Amino acid sequence: MTYELLASSVNDSFLVVIVAAAVLYGTPLLYAALGELLAERSGVLNLGVEGMMLVGAVMGFWAVQRLEVSSGLSLALALGVAALAGGAMALIHAFLVVTLRANQIVSGLALTIFAGAAGLSAYLGNELNLSGAPAEHAFSALDVLGLADLPVVGPIVFGQSVLVYLSWAVALGIGVYLARTRPGLNVRAVGESPAAADAMGIDVTAYRYGHTVVGGALAGIGGACFSLQLTPQWVVGLTGGAGWIAVALVIFAFWRADLCVLGAYLFGAFSALPLTLQARGWLTEVPSEVFQSLPYVMTIVVLVAVSSGAAKRRLGAPAALGVPYVREER
Amino acid sequence: MRLERRLEQPRWLLVAVPVGSIAFAFVVMAFVLLLTGHSPLGTYRRLFDSAFFADGALTSTLVFATPIVFTGLAAAAAFRMQLYNIGGEGQFYLGAVAAVGIALYLGDQGVSSTPVHIVAMVVAGAAAGAAWAAIPAVLRAFARTNEIITSLMLNYVAGLLLTYLIIDSRSYWRDLESFEGQTFPLGKQIPEDAKWPSASLDVAGGVLVPLGFGLAIVAAVVLWFTYSRTRFGFELQVIGDSQRTARFAGMRLRRKIVAVMCISGAAAGVGGASLEGDFAYQIDPTGLQSSFYGYTGIVVAALARYNPIAVVPVGVFIGGLQNAGFTLQGADFPSGLVGVMQGLILFCALGGEVLVRYRVRFGRSVTPHHSDAATAEATS
Repeated sequence: MTYELLASSVNDSFLVVIVAAAVLYGTPLLYAALGELLAERSGVLNLGVEGMMLVGAVMGFWAVQRLEVSSGLSLALALGVAALAGGAMALIHAFLVVTLRANQIVSGLALTIFAGAAGLSAYLGNELNLSGAPAEHAFSALDVLGLADLPVVGPIVFGQSVLVYLSWAVALGIGVYLARTRPGLNVRAVGESPAAADAMGIDVTAYRYGHTVVGGALAGIGGACFSLQLTPQWVVGLTGGAGWIAVALVIFAFWRADLCVLGAYLFGAFSALPLTLQARGWLTEVPSEVFQSLPYVMTIVVLVAVSSGAAKRRLGAPAALGVPYVREER
Repeated sequence: MRLERRLEQPRWLLVAVPVGSIAFAFVVMAFVLLLTGHSPLGTYRRLFDSAFFADGALTSTLVFATPIVFTGLAAAAAFRMQLYNIGGEGQFYLGAVAAVGIALYLGDQGVSSTPVHIVAMVVAGAAAGAAWAAIPAVLRAFARTNEIITSLMLNYVAGLLLTYLIIDSRSYWRDLESFEGQTFPLGKQIPEDAKWPSASLDVAGGVLVPLGFGLAIVAAVVLWFTYSRTRFGFELQVIGDSQRTARFAGMRLRRKIVAVMCISGAAAGVGGASLEGDFAYQIDPTGLQSSFYGYTGIVVAALARYNPIAVVPVGVFIGGLQNAGFTLQGADFPSGLVGVMQGLILFCALGGEVLVRYRVRFGRSVTPHHSDAATAEATS
């Protein structure tokens, strides 16, 4: 009895609550950052993450609202639809920058403008009549093995949703893929030196297309985290810049999957802080906008620290990032 | 099919490609409209009618175009030098806040001269926009921090500042006296003397040209002159083409980066001032944040191929689309359509760029000029 009391008071402590919320709010950032990581490792910078997330969010939400199937199946299908939608958006970018050799920065911006809060995602939300209603089914916290009441690790590790556990699997998978498999090695070669990779017989174009599209699919799932768990409804522009934070995360993480996890949860904590403080009624004399701007301001602060400190030589950035590969001009 | 680098870029292509891109984007959009159950022809007819041909349409198109031309100039000024300032949105908000602030202050001091108000608002807007752009500029110049992400993050911070000023505090910008202001958070109106005049042109049944639009044309000419006819502009071109060359020639890179970003921010800031002086007259946080003037400016600049003079007509065209999207908003006109159109136009312009830089050849033969082209490219 005293143990249970102790466990519940520990689990209600600010620190445990904020860490558990950091994991929850960091999950969309993690998916999107891992997707961007894949694309960038193959040498394609995709600044359209925000747009791909929003289209993933709206289409995933559409699937949950309109498919008349059981809760679990409908959520699984929704993730599939969100991934397809995000991947389709990324395909446009891949076509422009890989095949037509367009400027990657401008094309990524174009993708965000095309798909983003004032574009396709708003158009689809409006055409499919999605705004206003709450999600029919949403991802919710589980109680894995009945361990969610354990002190500290319970809410943080065992009381998360399927989306969180799936993101761990994806992060582990991408880490192993890049470091330990032949195709992973090939991707890194394509990103570092496409000419050398081409000479080795690696199909640079196929690798760049493939990883950009898979990266877009992950961004789509990241967007669906908002509309199927965090919000959970469709609101125009509901990602609120998360896609851009994900782009920055890849830089902080030195293009490594394991550090992406850490960075995503750090920024998840900044996003969760205003809500947690508000729920406790703490620091109400400070304008809430100060806390709301924290993720954005901290992104700048961390980016400055990373770019001016030890990482001055751009540790880890793929050498051919942002450069189109033209066989005839190498 | 193969792509071959062009030795010279024919001039007619520089016009044909953007125009072709717009046409192609309309064709693609027609399919999207068909798929979602709208009639493309009917939608387009109403779009162009309410943008350019209906009574008074041109007047309101110019009102929409003015801020967009300014943010387009902002993007063109920076992107030309490969400085991707996408913080035009936030710099625009800050310019609007500063311009309204100074107009309210001068009004409280009893200043009633409209020219004084106009000059003060323009200067305040430019200064605030430049100051907001100076943050990513200094970080880029001195800490080599990616200006794309920092300038974008500051857009969100600027948006929160607007919300704070009008909704979450009792600031100088908020209307706390009128009945409406006490029941619902509203921005304070600038004094009558601070409202900018407009000129009446006797074409197409009478068009009112807002003062801001005139200023935008002046700004475009000044920017064009600075970039193409001064030593400063020449150095910028060298830096934009090759940073190494510029460094070896002893050009001061860091100063130029900060200068260009501040010029860009100032243009966006004056855009914010013109919006307030020409027709908004008060800070409206939701209205400002849902108009996406800054992001639209990027579309305009890219379509104008970063040429300041070309920004003006392109801005009027895109402003017309915005105007139509706003006027036609409602049950049978799909919302978000104009944003989708702009994205499509931008994609097509980017894809069309390939036609400017490369010649498309069919068949397998390699022309004898090919190796010469490669050498010319390497030495240029």
